[in-house]
Amino acid sequence: MAADTPTAAEDMSTVARQGLVDVEHQPGAKKPDPIVVADKVVRKFGGLTAVDVEHLEIQRGVITALIGPNGAGKTTFFNVLTGFDRPDDGKWSFGGKDIQGLSAYQVARLGMVRTFQLTKVLSRLSVIENMLLGATGQSGESIWQAMLRPLWGQQERDNTERADALLKRFQLDAKREDFAGSLSGGQRKLLEVARSLMVEPELVMLDEPMAGVNPALKQSLLGHVKSLREDGMTVFFVEHDMDVVRDISDWVIVMAQGRIISEGPPEAVMSDQRVIDAYLGAHHDAALSVEDEDAILAAAREEIEAAEEQESHG
Amino acid sequence: MDIANQLTLALEQAFGPSAIIICLAAIGLNVHFGYTGLLNFGQAGFMAVAGYGVASIVSTWGFSFWLGLLVGLALTVVLALLLGIPTLRLRADYLAIVTIAAAEIIRFVVGASSLRGYFGGQDGLQQYTGSFFALNPYSSQMGGLGLSWSKADFWIMTVGWGLVVLFSLMIFLLMRSPWGRVLKGIREDEDAVRSLGKNVYAYKMQSLVIGGVIGGFAGFVSGLYQSVQPTNFATDITFFAYTVLLLGGAARVLGPLAGAVIFWFLISFLDNFFSAATSGDNPLIPTALMSHQQASLMRFVFLGVALMLLMIYRPQGIFGDRRELAIDGR
Repeated sequence: MAADTPTAAEDMSTVARQGLVDVEHQPGAKKPDPIVVADKVVRKFGGLTAVDVEHLEIQRGVITALIGPNGAGKTTFFNVLTGFDRPDDGKWSFGGKDIQGLSAYQVARLGMVRTFQLTKVLSRLSVIENMLLGATGQSGESIWQAMLRPLWGQQERDNTERADALLKRFQLDAKREDFAGSLSGGQRKLLEVARSLMVEPELVMLDEPMAGVNPALKQSLLGHVKSLREDGMTVFFVEHDMDVVRDISDWVIVMAQGRIISEGPPEAVMSDQRVIDAYLGAHHDAALSVEDEDAILAAAREEIEAAEEQESHG
Repeated sequence: MDIANQLTLALEQAFGPSAIIICLAAIGLNVHFGYTGLLNFGQAGFMAVAGYGVASIVSTWGFSFWLGLLVGLALTVVLALLLGIPTLRLRADYLAIVTIAAAEIIRFVVGASSLRGYFGGQDGLQQYTGSFFALNPYSSQMGGLGLSWSKADFWIMTVGWGLVVLFSLMIFLLMRSPWGRVLKGIREDEDAVRSLGKNVYAYKMQSLVIGGVIGGFAGFVSGLYQSVQPTNFATDITFFAYTVLLLGGAARVLGPLAGAVIFWFLISFLDNFFSAATSGDNPLIPTALMSHQQASLMRFVFLGVALMLLMIYRPQGIFGDRRELAIDGR
């Protein structure tokens, strides 16, 4: 391994990470080189406002985590950004191009590829077929050329080579010919990430990549996510596991009740009072002494007595 | 009772025009349901617009048979687009509802007495196939190995099995291609395919059109064999085609072919057998048990039982892969 001579991509990711040093730790903070910029994105389900994001920027070339308590609107926000859901209002851009209103497949073609919270492998297709489906610009996917193999055979061989290399990297090469439906939960997560790389994305959006993955596989998956950054990709992921978030993310965005309530590097965010309150409820940490407890009980007793007295008078 | 004769008759049916009609319909459904996961319950509608297209162009408007074929095919494409545009963006069940309703609407429209002048009402349209039979190279009964068919039937069979081979080859070539891989991906999980940058809607539409056009050819053959009548395009033909598809194995190139031959062999053998076993002065099955009229329905009872056994012991069909079924939907 050429550890002492970093590649251009690694250089870029180092620069990108250094760019975050001067960014203020505030919701909606401006980033030096944003790949995604979202403004006033609102998604309502009836009376419930699931997402209400005033302004958000995602730095290019780094790993950004999106955390928040259950029901904070993280996945809905993901769905809106990737075209899988339509917002009530808002606009957002990817690499400087406005992409609101685009279909999910158009967003993916631009290089913004997502995975799903509930892993979506194509069960009755083999692992290699799953991978090959991810390759873009295949002439054999056109109905007019599909029947004539010479028109797409070479491209298919190139894609297969790339897919095999990725399978090897994700340690799925032994499963190449198996149906994807026969893989374990963790292997499915790996396959989904590997498949998304076949699209050659600039931005990889992972929705809870570690959910249901055993600790051993989790370590290897963590390594894979980090290696995406080394390869020059931007990673934006939703995660509940705080150890994972602390371990791999360069920047953390916290959502609660649809809004972004905090931003910053992992350590800063995790000691942010607003974040702790959002997760645990405000004033959760006010200690209850014996005296306090007695006082509360006494007050309650008085109230009950007063009510009883009133009843006997009445 | 002459079992050998009954077997001969059943084999003639199994390779005859009726089997071809159901086989072509099932090949179309295989594209829809087997490969893409589209629930088309209105294959009879695609058959009807093609069959009536050619029949009315010739009988009602007096144009040539060959122009009629083109019009019939164009109509199946239009029908596929009409059904697909509103429903393919929605969940799979909506296509099922819309297709079964559309097939019934088409059947009632062509059978309507107020449109008798165009489509012949319940009697349908006959004697428009002269141009086709004028090309018949056979001059007498044809056959071999103790089987024989009329020269008209044999001509239909020549063209019909030719079409079956042609379409099977086409399906084979399409489904081994990256295009076919996208369809199979859509069958498994269309959101996943969408997330990889594929225009799922366009692929589903292409699938609906291709399967519908193949269904249209089933309608042509049906018209050549029996004349076009509303009853030939009832909902049961769609479900027979599904039976054939599941019998042979969905998402298998040769599934519909094997399914159709076996299906028609069983149907006609059981029919002949029970018919013979309940007729005559001293029937094999006493009249107390079963009358001659009841016998004609027995084939469906046995077919139902056979299907149940198939689903229990070989749910993947004849050509299916058991490993695929071991995997649940997720």
